[in-house]
Amino acid sequence: MGEMDRVRWHCRRGLLELDLVLAAFVERHLERLDRRQLAILEELLDKPDNDLLDLVMGRAEPADPSLQPVLEMLRTG
Amino acid sequence: MAIAKREFDAVVVGAGGSGLRAALQLAEANLRVAVLSKVFPTRSHTVAAQGGVSASLGNDEQDNWHWHMFDTVKGSDYLGDQDAIEFMCRKAGEVVYELEHFGMPFDRLESGKIYQRPFGGHTSNYGERPVKRACAAADRTGHAMLHTLYQRNLRARTQFFVEWLALDLIRDAEGDVIGVVALEMETGEVMILQARATLLATGGAGRIFASSTNAFINTGDGLGMVARAGLPLQDMEFYQFHPTGVYGAGVLITEGVRGEGGFLLNKNGERFMERYAPTVKDLASRDVVSRAMATEIKEGRGCGKDGDYILLKLDHLGPEIITKRLPGIREIAIRFANVDPVKEPIPVVPTAHYMMGGIPANYHGQVVVPDGRGGERVIKGLYAAGECACVSVHGANRLGCNSLLDLLVFGKSAGERIVEDLKGGLAHKKLAKDAGEATMARLARLDSATSGESVAEIGAELRRTMQLHCGVFRFPDSLAEGVKKILDIAERARRTFIRDKSSVFNTARIEALELDNLVETAVATMISAEARKESRGAHDRSDYPKRDDGNWMKHTLWYKEGNRLEYKPVKLKPLTVEAFEPKARVY
Ligand SMILES: Cc1cc2nc3c(=O)[nH]c(=O)nc-3n(C[C@H](O)[C@H](O)[C@H](O)COP(=O)(O)OP(=O)(O)OC[C@H]3O[C@@H](n4cnc5c(N)ncnc54)[C@H](O)[C@@H]3O)c2cc1C
Repeated sequence: MGEMDRVRWHCRRGLLELDLVLAAFVERHLERLDRRQLAILEELLDKPDNDLLDLVMGRAEPADPSLQPVLEMLRTG
Repeated sequence: MAIAKREFDAVVVGAGGSGLRAALQLAEANLRVAVLSKVFPTRSHTVAAQGGVSASLGNDEQDNWHWHMFDTVKGSDYLGDQDAIEFMCRKAGEVVYELEHFGMPFDRLESGKIYQRPFGGHTSNYGERPVKRACAAADRTGHAMLHTLYQRNLRARTQFFVEWLALDLIRDAEGDVIGVVALEMETGEVMILQARATLLATGGAGRIFASSTNAFINTGDGLGMVARAGLPLQDMEFYQFHPTGVYGAGVLITEGVRGEGGFLLNKNGERFMERYAPTVKDLASRDVVSRAMATEIKEGRGCGKDGDYILLKLDHLGPEIITKRLPGIREIAIRFANVDPVKEPIPVVPTAHYMMGGIPANYHGQVVVPDGRGGERVIKGLYAAGECACVSVHGANRLGCNSLLDLLVFGKSAGERIVEDLKGGLAHKKLAKDAGEATMARLARLDSATSGESVAEIGAELRRTMQLHCGVFRFPDSLAEGVKKILDIAERARRTFIRDKSSVFNTARIEALELDNLVETAVATMISAEARKESRGAHDRSDYPKRDDGNWMKHTLWYKEGNRLEYKPVKLKPLTVEAFEPKARVY
């Protein structure tokens, strides 16, 4: 449970756009993520806000393709 | 139960632009500094600033600090303190060049000098024509500023307490501030961080409004802490609204959309700005456009089934212009407004953006209160800088790009002042036995409550109430009703209840504690607004549509105890130049 709670707080961002995307994501998906997906999400959340927003809005692609599955979930909302 | 304790020379609460700038000053003076932040420093809300930071560098055309000062005084609708405004405008060059030396990647002119662009309200020769005064790093100025200052702080060995939530100030029997009580999110443990100097740099409180451009973390924590410590909040009725936030989401749609030829429509498809501002129309200043939109909605010409938004039309520009000249807008609209602006207009509403009021401070960052003899006295040990502080350089209305400047100038000056005060003997004081007990009681109540009010519901009701009764355009009956409602909400907020009692990253507890701060901020805002019987800058009343310098050229001070209000004079005398006399604010 601890990991999930930490992630939930890491979804609080400096950009409102990300707050909105992540709040919807948490509501819909967080509890159902497996360990691997959770790890990917954490890696995405470690990115600077503007870089993460570029990824979410499809203005950029991740250097590491293994992030793609969770990023897709963020993109489709 | 005894609370764990640690000692520092200085504690800075907040790691946005202002907190980081101040901390740097302290760490470089070899003081032991702790910086607390509830989120990772570079995720502070400063990261959202795109437009730029103002400074009259004159790199591209002639400019000087006196013109900048004039624009700021006028922009403030003559509520700004002219000593502080002179101080800020004169220091602008220094702090921007300093940031450049720290490694800030400013955009450049071919000559290698910092590139500057025009921004609303900034003019040359005392209002004659727009001037290029905004320095930017692409559309990521705030981001670049945070990263630059954070790196610099690491170098200077500032100690960061990341994901720590400051809860309350500690004041001793003499009223001096001697540190803060804070919660470590990872463990759920509470600690006293004792300090010879405490600086609040907790940013804005946009989340008191239902429609806000601010991130979720902007809950006015520093203001709540100050109010609970028995100290006043200043000029809280002045909140700047941005005309085009996405309806229901708040996400900002840049002024550039209207600059490129987009315009606003009411439910009859009428381009109503032609009535309010016949010459500049949709390009009138922020407050004029916001007010016109609010009037249309109020008079029943809003769009949608509840008639509560306005449409921003840009499809006539064609897909090429939209994608080329307004990058990102199409995706933002599709994602957050559910419309493709190439085909349909974007639903928008005036959206809460920037808090001009805050913790009363002078231009050295010292928190000041009335001394009871017509003057002011300093609260020893307490300082404030950035959006949470009211210095007051923005008065009743802030100019674009003046906030990032405020962070740099007053972050630095507060840091310098603390260094001096500590040298001058500001020493550690004894911690009373019961220090932190009020905070522990607040936490214990929350942890033991088995039933009560929902934090989410009260938060939502608070935001709706503020939006409806204390928005862009203010009506006497509605304000009076708003005061009743917000006091009722405040009462209910004392009985909040959370199901999750765990200690590790308990988001529910954090949100309950944030709500306490939203409540103080909202009550202060509503009560101060109800009382100010004039229109000035961002505060616009239907029953008193004019500025009234005779009765109201004064700062509001709100105290939590008894919701008492007091007033203090505006400082009309600059430091070295002649005062700018109040004039009607026309652009
Ligand atoms: C969308 C948007 C665009 C903007 N663009 C511009 C612009 O172009 N130019 C301009 O001049 N201004 C702009 N502004 C305004 C400007 O960005 C802000 O006023 C400014 O960044 C505030 O900085 P700050 O240092 O006061 O606080 P913030 O950057 O908000 O930082 C607050 C800090 O306090 C911490 N904190 C808060 N509460 C607690 C607590 N209880 N315990 C511990 N830590 C806490 C947070 O973690 C954070 O580190 C913009 C604002 C918005 C919303």
